Amino acid sequence: MEFTGAQIFVKSLLELKAKTIFGYPGGVVLPLYDELFKNPELRHILVRHEQGAVHMADGYARATGDVGVALVTSGPGATNAVTGIATAYMDSVPIVVFTGQVPTALIGNDAFQEADIIGITRPCVKHSYLVRNVKDLARTIAEAFYIASTGKPGPVVVDLPKDVITTSCEYHFPTKVSIRSYSPTRVGHPRQIAKLADILCEAKNPVLYVGGGAIASGASEELAKLATITKTPVTETLMGLGSFPSDHELNLGMLGMHGTYRANMAITDADLIVALGARFDDRVTGKLDEFAPNATIAQIDIDPTAISKNVKCHLPVVGNLKENLSKLNDIIAKRTIDWDKKGAPWLATIAKWKAENALKYSQKKESIKPQFVLEIINEITGGDAIYTTEVGQNQMWAAQYLKLNEPRTFLTSGGLGTMGFGFPAAIGAQAAFPDKVVIGIAGDGSIQMNMQEMTTAVQSRLPVIIVILNNGFLGMVRQWQELFYDGRYAYSCMEAQPDFVKLAEAHGALGFRVTKPAEVKPTIEKAIKARRPTLIDCVVDREENVYPMVPAGAPINKMLLA
Amino acid sequence: MKHTISVLVENKFGVLARVSGLFSGRGFNIESLAVAPTLDPSTSRMTIITRGSDAIIEQITKQLHKLIDVIKVVDHTKEEHVEREIALAKVNAEPSNRAEILRMTEIFRGKIVDVSSKTYTLEVTGTGSKIDAFLEMLKPLGILEIARSGKVAMTRGRKSLG
Ligand SMILES: Cc1ncc(C[n+]2csc(CCOP(=O)(O)OP(=O)(O)O)c2C)c(N)n1
Repeated sequence: MEFTGAQIFVKSLLELKAKTIFGYPGGVVLPLYDELFKNPELRHILVRHEQGAVHMADGYARATGDVGVALVTSGPGATNAVTGIATAYMDSVPIVVFTGQVPTALIGNDAFQEADIIGITRPCVKHSYLVRNVKDLARTIAEAFYIASTGKPGPVVVDLPKDVITTSCEYHFPTKVSIRSYSPTRVGHPRQIAKLADILCEAKNPVLYVGGGAIASGASEELAKLATITKTPVTETLMGLGSFPSDHELNLGMLGMHGTYRANMAITDADLIVALGARFDDRVTGKLDEFAPNATIAQIDIDPTAISKNVKCHLPVVGNLKENLSKLNDIIAKRTIDWDKKGAPWLATIAKWKAENALKYSQKKESIKPQFVLEIINEITGGDAIYTTEVGQNQMWAAQYLKLNEPRTFLTSGGLGTMGFGFPAAIGAQAAFPDKVVIGIAGDGSIQMNMQEMTTAVQSRLPVIIVILNNGFLGMVRQWQELFYDGRYAYSCMEAQPDFVKLAEAHGALGFRVTKPAEVKPTIEKAIKARRPTLIDCVVDREENVYPMVPAGAPINKMLLA
Repeated sequence: MKHTISVLVENKFGVLARVSGLFSGRGFNIESLAVAPTLDPSTSRMTIITRGSDAIIEQITKQLHKLIDVIKVVDHTKEEHVEREIALAKVNAEPSNRAEILRMTEIFRGKIVDVSSKTYTLEVTGTGSKIDAFLEMLKPLGILEIARSGKVAMTRGRKSLG
C-alpha cells in the first residue's frame, strides 16, 4: 500500500518508539502537522521559539538517554534551531531535528522561506540528510536515529522538502540499519586494557578523570566498581557530574576552572590519570604545559579524535566506555593487591587538601547566598530530582553544590555554554518524566533568553520549577570584570529587569519572590507541592563570586581561593 | 611536513563540502584536492595534499574517518607510492619561439593538445616538481594561462584502497 511522505514520517517515528516531538509549525511542514493531528499517540509539544524546541529535545535526550526529536519549518524556523543543534553537538547529545524545506524544484532559487540548513549546520551536526525522494524517507529516518544514538552520540538534521512529504510510495521500514562507512568501535584492544590494569596496579597517585562519556555510555556502575575496588579517587568534568555519587568518599568533585581545591591538586600531583569519556577541554586543563606534569595519561574514549587531541595520551583504548570498563574490572578482580593499603597514603594526602580548603561560603542573616539556596534544594530533594542549569555563576555553583546520586540528573550546556538552554531543557526532561521534580537553576540574565517557553510549560502542563539566583548582574561576566578588568562593569549590570513574579503570572505560571534566607525553604517546598510551572525569583547577594577559580591560561593548581 | 592522503567516500551530494568544511573549520591546511568517481560509481576518491606536524596529521586522518560518508583514509606518506599531476599551459606561439616550445615540450614528455594562430596549449603530467620545472622553463616564452589538476596518488604494489 502507498503512503504519503508525511504518513511515512509519522509511521517511522512510531516504529522507532519516539513518544514526544517538540516543534513549531509553518508553511512547508503543514502536511506533517496534519498527520500529527491524526496520530495523537505521538505527543507534540508546541513551543514558543524553535531554539526552545531543540533544547527541549536535547533535555529529553539527556534525561532519558533516548533520541530527542524536534520539528521545525523551513527558513527562519530552521535557522532558529541552529543554536540548539550546536549545543547538542558540543555535548554529544542524540537528537534528530527535522526541518521543512521548500519543494526540491525550488531549492537554490531563493524561494520564500528557503535556507540552506544543511550548509548552515554542517559544522555542528554529526550527520545530515536532504531527502530528495520519498522512497528514501523511511530508511533515512532509521539511519538518522541510528547515527544519532550510536558511537559518540550527536545531532542529526533531516531536511524534508515539501514535495517529498506530499508524494506517495510503498512503505517499508528497514528492519536493520547498516551503513558501510560507519561502524563505531565498541571494544578496545584487549592488550591495551590489560596494560591499563597493570599501570593502575602500580600507580601511587592515580585519579579517575570522568567526563560525559560515562553518562552517555551508562557506565556508572562499572565506574563505581572500579573506583571502590581499587580505592582510586574520582574527579568529574561538568559533563561527567552525576556519573558517580557526589557524597562518595572517593569523589573529589569537579575539576578545572571552578573545580575543587583537592581535585585540582590531585590532578596536578597524579602519577596516573585515567580519562574516562573525557576530552581534556581547556576549561579542565588550564595551562597545558603545566597540566599534570608527572602523570602517565591513559584514556578510554569512543571517539578516536578525543585521544591525544590536547594532552598526549600514553595508553589509548578506543571504544565504548561501559564495555571496556567492565573488561578492565574483570582483569582487576583477578589481581591480588591490598588496595586499601596501597591507596591509603594518597587518600590521606587528598584528605589533607580537603581539610585545607573545602567549598565554603558564609550565610549571614539578612541576604541570601546563592550557594545556600542550592544547599536547601539538596535538603528538600535528597537528590531525587532532575536539575538543569543556565550558564554563568548559577551553573558553576550548581555544579559545585548540588548533590547528585544518579547519572542523567544534571543537565547543563557544557561545551557551547549556551545561556537559555536550562529552562527549555528542564521542560524537555519534565516531558520525559512527568512525575519527577525538575528544577532549573537560572541566572536573571539567562532566563530572559528563553523565558517565552513558560507558556509552553503551562500549555503542556509540565510542572517545572525555575529558581533564579537573581544577582541583578550577568554575574559571571561581572566576576571576570571585577577580577581582571579592575572592576569596570561594562554592560554587565541588568539595571532594568522584568518583575519576574508578574512575568511568571502573566504566562499563567506561579511566581514567588524570596528575599530572606528563612523564606527559601518554605517557598521551594510550596513550589514542589504545587505541581504547576513555577518560577522562584531568589534575590541573592549581588557580588558573590564563584571560588575556587583558575584564571584563564593559568595552571590548574594556581587557584584563587577567595 | 607534506602529506598525501587518499580518501574513499560515498559518491553523494554534499560530501565534498563536508570534507573541505572539515579542513577550513578546524584550521587544517589544504594544498590541493582532486576528486573523481572510482570504478564503483557509488564511491569517489579524493586525493588531498596537506601539511602539518604529526599530531595535526593524526587529527586530520581521525577527523576524516569520523565523517559518516568517509569509507577509508590512507596516508601515503609513510609508504612507497606514485603521485601524478596534470597541467595544461597556454603559451604565446610566435613564429620565433615555436621551435623552442616544441623542444621544451619534448624534453618534458608533454604534448601539444591545441593550436591556434597565436597560441599553443600544452599538456604535461608528472610529479609536482616536474610540472613546476616545466612551467619555469616556459615562463620566458610567455605563458597566458595555466590549469593544474591537483595531485592523485596510489600505493605501489598490490595494496589497494578499494
Ligand atoms: C547565548 C550566550 N550569550 C553570552 C554568553 C556569555 N556569558 C557567559 S556567562 C554570562 C552571564 C550570565 O548571567 P546570568 O544568566 O545572570 O547568570 P549568573 O552568572 O549571574 O549566574 C554571559 C553573558 C553565553 N554564555 N551565552
